[in-house]
Amino acid sequence: MIEISHLTKEFDNPDKTRLGVLRDISLTVEAGDIYGIIGMSGAGKSTMLRLIGLLDTPTSGTITVEGKNLAALAGREKIDYYKTIGTVFQGYNLLMQKTVAQNILFPLTLSRGYDKEAAKRRVAELLELTGLTEKALAYPSQLSGGQKQRVAIARALATNPRLILCDEPTSALDSLTTQSILELLSDINHRLGVTIIIITHEIAVVRKICTKVAVLEGGVLVDNGPIGEVLDSEMHPVTRRLFGKEES
Amino acid sequence: MAEFVSEYGLLILTALWETLLMVFLSTLFGYLLGIPLGVIAYVTDHGSISENPVVNTIVGWIINIIRSVPFIILILFLIPYTRLIMGTASGTRGVIFPLVVGSAPFIARMVESSFNELDAGVIESARAMGATNFQIIWKVLLPESFPSLLRGMAIASITIIGYIAMAGMVGGGGLGAVAINYGYYRYERPVMNVTVVLIILLVQLIQLAFNLIVRKVDKNR
Repeated sequence: MIEISHLTKEFDNPDKTRLGVLRDISLTVEAGDIYGIIGMSGAGKSTMLRLIGLLDTPTSGTITVEGKNLAALAGREKIDYYKTIGTVFQGYNLLMQKTVAQNILFPLTLSRGYDKEAAKRRVAELLELTGLTEKALAYPSQLSGGQKQRVAIARALATNPRLILCDEPTSALDSLTTQSILELLSDINHRLGVTIIIITHEIAVVRKICTKVAVLEGGVLVDNGPIGEVLDSEMHPVTRRLFGKEES
Repeated sequence: MAEFVSEYGLLILTALWETLLMVFLSTLFGYLLGIPLGVIAYVTDHGSISENPVVNTIVGWIINIIRSVPFIILILFLIPYTRLIMGTASGTRGVIFPLVVGSAPFIARMVESSFNELDAGVIESARAMGATNFQIIWKVLLPESFPSLLRGMAIASITIIGYIAMAGMVGGGGLGAVAINYGYYRYERPVMNVTVVLIILLVQLIQLAFNLIVRKVDKNR
């Protein structure tokens, strides 16, 4: 589904230090994967997600999503690409002046001449799926962190994307809420067959739902593959450190 | 008391009405000009949705140049243009034009700072959902900063009341003109007192009204 080849990203802004720099990354995401990208802060995880989400452009290398080279997309095609992916952010990024239902509806309203009745049904479906039906008319400021993230997930699903990008989706949540959000993501993956990429620094997230994992360290991909294989193999010291921490 | 009312009552009431009319029209047209200017200043800023250093610098200059001129000087400077556009440079009519020109850049800056209060992540997530720049402005920027824009409008309209009083010094109408022409030049102390009290009440009322409206519309509190 996603083919990343020799991806390199450098920031030419000298005062941006060297944080988030990526060097020669190649990896493949298959349809239906829940792919975890893990690493310490500054390892380049978020940069990578921004590149896949087309919120930034690589210095060199290519990203191909469902056969489309992202670098070649322009104007209308770019907008169309954005509509085939959903993004969930750590900070939820909800519209604070709109209700839960209006937030979920929002991505649907971006398409010219959208079917209002169908959109309404879709919102009701998503409220149901994420367990928010009773909160439909509430405003984000009246919700807990976990509920806000559910709204964000429902919103990301509104346009029926085949790919969902999650940037530290549970980092602001307590462990119990984290569990329920991960279960929701896993459920979406199983039921709807949506491919999910999760950026995280929490090993528990990877263990709980990811089928594959990529370990980033200082912008370099140090370990990568199905989670079982990575754990069985001769792990890179960084991977061992990351995964070892939890066991001790 | 009765004597005061019969002598100045109508004068002061007319002036109050003129002030209200000028505040309303100047705020309205000030915003019609200030919002687009504020939007342009915001979206063309470094790192914003439609980064454009040239446009941003030009708009910034225009705003800063007009804001640098003290309002009373701006009124006098604009007189020929005011005559051209409004047909007269005095009275209520002649004051609206300089009021709009003088307040629009100030309003633009307030609008821009309301936009800057918004979480940049919300704008980015709208982009990630495939919103066009126009949709981001129309469906995210303006509605999300609406309560903040209203708070700014309270400040802007009260500042305009101050401007109107200044315009009274050079032939404008309204309560300020009455305070100056009767209260100051003719030593009619009661007129001065009444107009000052009316202006204070007007400012309080405007602030109160905006506070109530904002409390009603702001869902993020």
